[in-house]
Amino acid sequence: MLKVKDLRVALGDFTLSASFEVTQGQRVAVIGPSGAGKSTLLGALGGYVPATGTIIVNDKDVSAAALDQRGIAMLFQDGNLFPHLTLAQNVGLGLRPALRLRPDERAKATEALERVGLGAFKDRKPADVSGGQQSRAALARVLVQGKPLLLLDEPFAALGPALRGEMLDLTSEVARDTAATVLMITHAPEDAERAADQVIFVNAGRAEAPRPVADILTDPPEALRAYLGR
Amino acid sequence: MARNAQPISTCTIAGPIAAGTVFMLILAALVAVGAQAQWPVRFGVADWAALRFTVWQSFLSALLSVLFSIPVARALARRRFAGRAVLVTLLGAPFILPVIVAVMGLLVVFGRAGWVSQGLALFGLPPLSIYGLEGVVLAHVFFNMPLATRLILQGWQAIPAEQFRLAGQLGLPPAVVFRTLEWPVLRQVVPGAFALIFVICLTSFAVALTLGGGPRATTIELAIYQAFRFDFDLGRAALLSLVQLGVAGSAAVIALWVLPPITAHMGRDRTVQRWDAQSTGMRLLDTFWIVLAATFLLVPLAAITASGLIGLGQMPVQVWHAAWTSLWVATLCTVVLVALALPISIWLAQARWGGAEALTLIGLAASPLMIGTGWFIIINPFASPVSLALVVTALVNATMALPFAVRILMPAMRQVIAEYGRLSAGLGLSGFALWRIVILPRVRAPLGFAAGLSAALSIGDLGVVALFADGNRATLPLQMYRLMGSYRTDAAAGAALLLLAMALGLFWICDTWGRRHAES
Repeated sequence: MLKVKDLRVALGDFTLSASFEVTQGQRVAVIGPSGAGKSTLLGALGGYVPATGTIIVNDKDVSAAALDQRGIAMLFQDGNLFPHLTLAQNVGLGLRPALRLRPDERAKATEALERVGLGAFKDRKPADVSGGQQSRAALARVLVQGKPLLLLDEPFAALGPALRGEMLDLTSEVARDTAATVLMITHAPEDAERAADQVIFVNAGRAEAPRPVADILTDPPEALRAYLGR
Repeated sequence: MARNAQPISTCTIAGPIAAGTVFMLILAALVAVGAQAQWPVRFGVADWAALRFTVWQSFLSALLSVLFSIPVARALARRRFAGRAVLVTLLGAPFILPVIVAVMGLLVVFGRAGWVSQGLALFGLPPLSIYGLEGVVLAHVFFNMPLATRLILQGWQAIPAEQFRLAGQLGLPPAVVFRTLEWPVLRQVVPGAFALIFVICLTSFAVALTLGGGPRATTIELAIYQAFRFDFDLGRAALLSLVQLGVAGSAAVIALWVLPPITAHMGRDRTVQRWDAQSTGMRLLDTFWIVLAATFLLVPLAAITASGLIGLGQMPVQVWHAAWTSLWVATLCTVVLVALALPISIWLAQARWGGAEALTLIGLAASPLMIGTGWFIIINPFASPVSLALVVTALVNATMALPFAVRILMPAMRQVIAEYGRLSAGLGLSGFALWRIVILPRVRAPLGFAAGLSAALSIGDLGVVALFADGNRATLPLQMYRLMGSYRTDAAAGAALLLLAMALGLFWICDTWGRRHAES
């Protein structure tokens, strides 16, 4: 479960405010025009962007917690894997920030890679696998991290439509396996329809409360309608 | 309240501690020197002459290096030919070439009994003399012209290829290409290259020691050495050290604003297809400059190799002892350098204050002989400075290499932070694990390059050690200098070849280590 109270970010002229709640296990698409503050919102939740206000993840106030103590796993557009480490090592870092893993941890990392269909690639480095496989490896790490909240800042943006859909489905599976709440930024309403239960519309520095996907897409508010071009 | 987000959590005190240590080492030397100098200051005729000569030779060296480098860089930028990549790589060689080896090579070619003089004698002309201003400037141009060429070439190669494509399509003549594309870059790069070379030449010692001297060709650095070594006049050495710090320090501060970045990849160069300057005259002109530069750089190196091979058998056993000594001095220097450069560069890479880089220049401004003199004064009451000569040499060498190492490492550190800072922090990587798992593997290539550079600089350095060492202790460059001084030219040439091989070898080992496994 995620509770955001009076979250405020001020970056120069730009400000973003948000107050909302998401119940556990919900998958929420974050939609809005470019520059509206989608990435800023996720960055603030993750602790990457300085913010004021309260962020509660699974009943724990994490507003002031270190990045790795917030119960949050986050995937960015790029830089989700270390290029000099193997996929297994990259996944292993989600278990413990060290390279020498105990046998049971190593087994867990391998299992996660198998779960995303990369069992045969565990000793490869990111440059030696395809973009889709890199995304899978990053999701395998999210799987072993087992954090209650998963934030996706368009990690699949560079993939083609079919592959992106595949990744969204895999994300849903990973979220279900770990009982995680998901917030994902997306530009495409069909992505929201495919992989989200709710939508947060971010516009002009304000994040609105989540509404069910079906509701909001069939009867979009004025600003969202303009953004979607409907 | 959410706390301010930190991009990367390395140990935040290691950098300031390392930088502070270096600063204190230099400051302690300065204080010691200042306390020893005779107050009130009496600045004699000879001191004024040394100051004038220092500035004048640096100015001439920088000017000639830059003037010579422009047509060479232009020719290299415009032409592709077999061996071009090798030549561009060789332009990086003088940076790791021991000064005294190059001087030896220049003497074999341009000296009184050198190849050119012998050629002149055939026509009944008098031999060349390269002792004094001419020799000092010649050697400085030999070292720094390639540096300037590389800096200018890098600048021109950074011009997007599309612009040359467009110039070719429009059929712009060379003069217009120069004005629209090449000149703006030149205007940016040349002042920096000039300033850098000027500062380097201000504190150059080994060249002045071997080719200068006498009332008309003594640099401040050389005057410090002479005051120290011949007169054992610590007061005067101290005074000159302060002058040197003032001159080089202010020049370094000025240079800071115009200093170009030093890139890590010596041999890697991008070639841009160009369509301008295709006329026969232009081709001949470029060929002329390339041949001239290649001859100027390669013939002295060939001379060293040729005369060194003859001399190898005539080297006294001391040369081998000295070689062993040099090897461990260089190793110690490199270890110290790495231990200092890593925390300092990651600290400066994260510093919000843009002038942080200026701190690294203190090593350029403080002359090695000033630091050496200072530490001699500090150590003297407690222990024999002679017995610590080699350790002090290694430490001073590390301090001298530090500005270059930090400048080489900092872009890589910035990149690691920008690309993997978030990911590392999100995974809770910090401290030692962060260094081992993320930072070191990512900066391995520039680290190897910087380590190789410092090892080569250290093994070839003839500076502080000349101040301290006695007859029983010598590094290879010092031993070689002694052989030259006692006219054992063949043995000195042999030692030069050995030193050259060791400097290049150490550089190669470190650089290769850095590049191995340095995957994308």
